[in-house]
Parts: sequence; structure tokens; C-alpha cells
Amino acid sequence: MESGIHFRALLKKEFLLDFRQQHSFFGILLYIASTVFVLYLTMGDIEAETWNALFWVTQLFICINAVAKSFLQEAKGRMLYYYTTTSPVVFILSKISYNGILMIVMNVINLILYTALLGNPTSSFWQFLEISLVGSIGLSLVFTLLAAIASKALQQASLMAILGFPIIIPQLLLLVRLSKTAFSEIFKDGAPTQIILLLLALDISVVILAMILYPFLWKD
Amino acid sequence: MKISWWKILSIVLLAYAIVGGLLLPVPELPQLGETIRNLYFHVCMWFAMMILYTFSVVYSIKYLRTSSFKFDIKAKAYADVGTFMGLLGYSTGAIWASYTWADPNNPAYASFGSIMREPKLIGAAMALLIYGAYFVLRSSIIDMDQRARVSAVFNIFSYAMLFPSIWIIPRLLPSLHPGQEGNPALNFNDIDLRMRIVFYPAVIGWTLMGAWITNIKIRTEMIREKNIL
Repeated sequence: MESGIHFRALLKKEFLLDFRQQHSFFGILLYIASTVFVLYLTMGDIEAETWNALFWVTQLFICINAVAKSFLQEAKGRMLYYYTTTSPVVFILSKISYNGILMIVMNVINLILYTALLGNPTSSFWQFLEISLVGSIGLSLVFTLLAAIASKALQQASLMAILGFPIIIPQLLLLVRLSKTAFSEIFKDGAPTQIILLLLALDISVVILAMILYPFLWKD
Repeated sequence: MKISWWKILSIVLLAYAIVGGLLLPVPELPQLGETIRNLYFHVCMWFAMMILYTFSVVYSIKYLRTSSFKFDIKAKAYADVGTFMGLLGYSTGAIWASYTWADPNNPAYASFGSIMREPKLIGAAMALLIYGAYFVLRSSIIDMDQRARVSAVFNIFSYAMLFPSIWIIPRLLPSLHPGQEGNPALNFNDIDLRMRIVFYPAVIGWTLMGAWITNIKIRTEMIREKNIL
């Protein structure tokens, strides 16, 4: 019961912080806008497959930038305060949920910008939206734990990419593959369901690992 | 000087693998020819790498349970030698591929793009990149206790993420590499009987050799860090 209250308080704190320190939130928005704009200027007309690949790579970079801030902006004193008032599992779960919600918002904005500037080659837009939402939640889960790890080291921002890229490869491949269903590519019967189940299994195992491992990072 | 039984076993098995591997009969296959003997070296490196990485993770878990600095040294040493074995696996694989996969009509670098797309190579590249990141992470934390703890957490997390992907990726992409069905080299029907009698001893021999090198690394490191242990 108490942990439920803590969880809600921590989640509320994240949104309040975003509301008050608007520079970080708008910083990411600007990051998306300029990335897509640069792509628009450099790419010209692109085919569906390139569009798909570019979308997921952009999504990956947005995720690193959006999620990195969640741990990097926590001051040392504030971490000490959390340490005395709440449990590590509740804390990491609140971070995971907040980053998931943040990535959903960023994902929608990214998709709108892509559609506006680079066109929309999907044959079923809603399906692609659903897949990209599932994907961005998965990305945010992995990078939340990695941000927690990187926040303990020097050169945190670049370390996030080094730590994350090799680990995220399988998920990214699965997502690129799955999103081809939205480009009316024909799949074997049951293949998309299988990929979705695999992604869900990966997501669940990441959350469980985060809950087991974060308490060790928590102590200073 | 005391030599334990497993070190002697390693020497004997490797001597047998090298002599037997070069002299004993092998199946004659088109394309592969005599290069098939590379199996005793190339595949064994990957086995040794994965086994050493597994040891590294086990010691990381032990470190988190006990906070004894000894286990951190062991985890680091096993990761080091595992990476070394992985690099050897890549180089033996590159030599092998240059005789079997590379397009003889074009320069070698022209085939590189299509060869690197192999699922097994992606899996191996992921493993090496992850442990590369592990070393970068270690060197970027100054405090020793924190370095040990944070790198142990990363080691466990990335190992847990690596294994499903080694299982997933081959099922997503087409491949020229043998062992497409199921897990590579563990399937008994993949390898001819004549090769198995050399292959399995070779795997054990190379793994023991890796463990031996690690052992020496651990001991030198222990001496170096004597005053804090």
C-alpha cells in the first residue's frame, strides 16, 4: 500500500519536474524536429524500406536522449533523499513507467513529423503506429536500466550509446521486421504474432532484471 | 612446480587435437575440402569464449552476493580472456571464409558486406561489443567498489540479453553458415563421426587452455592488489 503511494508520488514528481524545468522536455522535442528536418533536406524521395529503417534509427537516438536525462539530472543529494525515503524497486519502476510514457509521446511526435516531411509509405498507418508504440516502450525499458548504470560513470551520455547499441540489436531487428507488416508485406501465418510474443517476453525479462539488479546500483 | 591434472589434460588434448586434427581422415565435401579441419580451431574458440563469459557472469553474481573484491578480479579476468578467444575465433573464421565464402572474381572487401550480415557473425559481434562496452564502463568509473558493483550489474544484464538474441537472430535472417537448424555445433547430426572424435576433445582442450591463461592473469592481479585484498 505504502509503495503504491510512493510510486504515485515519484511519478508525479517526474511530470512536475518536466513542467517546471521545461528546457529538457523541449530540448528533446527540438532534437526530434531538427533530426527529421535534416533527414528531409538530405534524403529527398525515399522508398518504404529506407523510410522504415530511418524511422527506427531516429527512434533509437531519441530514446537515448530522452531516457538519459531521467538519471543524469538527478543530483547526488536528491538520490540520497530517495534512498532514505523509498525502496529501490519502487524507484526504478517509477522511472520505467515515466520513461515509457515519455517515449510514447515522443514516438507520436516523431511519427507526425515523419509523415509531414518524409511522406507516409505505410499501407496501414494505424498498424504501424501500434507497432511503433510497442517498440518505443521496449526501447525505453532497456535504456532506463542502462541510464542507471551509465549515471555512475564518467562521460555518461556517450557511454549510454556504447552500452546500449549491442544489447538493443535483436529488439531493433525484430521491430524492423515486424513493422514490415504495415507495408503490406506478406508473412507466414502466425509469424507476426510470434514476433510480438517474443518482444513481450523480452520486455518482461528486462523489467524483472531491472527490479533484481537496480537495488545493487542504488547503494553508494 | 606443481601442475594440476587439468593443465596436463589441456596439453594432452590440444596435442591430440592439433596432430589428430591435421592427420586423421575427414569427410570430403565440395567447396570445403581440407579447410574443414579448421573446425577444430574455429568453432572451439567460440565455445571457449562463451564458456569463459559464463564464468565471468557467475563471478559477477558472486561479487554482488558477497562484495568480496576477489570475485571482481576473477570476473574481469574471465571477460578479458573470453574476448581474446572471441578475437581468435574471428580471425580463424576470416581465414576460413576467405577460402570458402569470398567471391573469387572480386576483391575480398567486396564480399565483406554480405559476409558480415551472417546471423552467427552478428551474434559474435554483439558478444564482443558488449564486453568491449564492459571494459569501457570499468575504465570510466574511478571508485573501486563502485566500479566492481556497476560493472557486475552490467555484466549480468547484458549476458541475460545476449543469450535470447543468439537464439533469435538466426531465425530471422537467412544464412550460409552451417548449423542453421537449432543451436550451432550442439546438434549431433551436424558433424560426421570421424570429426566428432577430434572435435569434442578439442573443445575441452581449448576451454581448459583459456581457463589456464585466466588463472595466471588472476594470480598476477591478486599479487598486484595484495594490499587491498
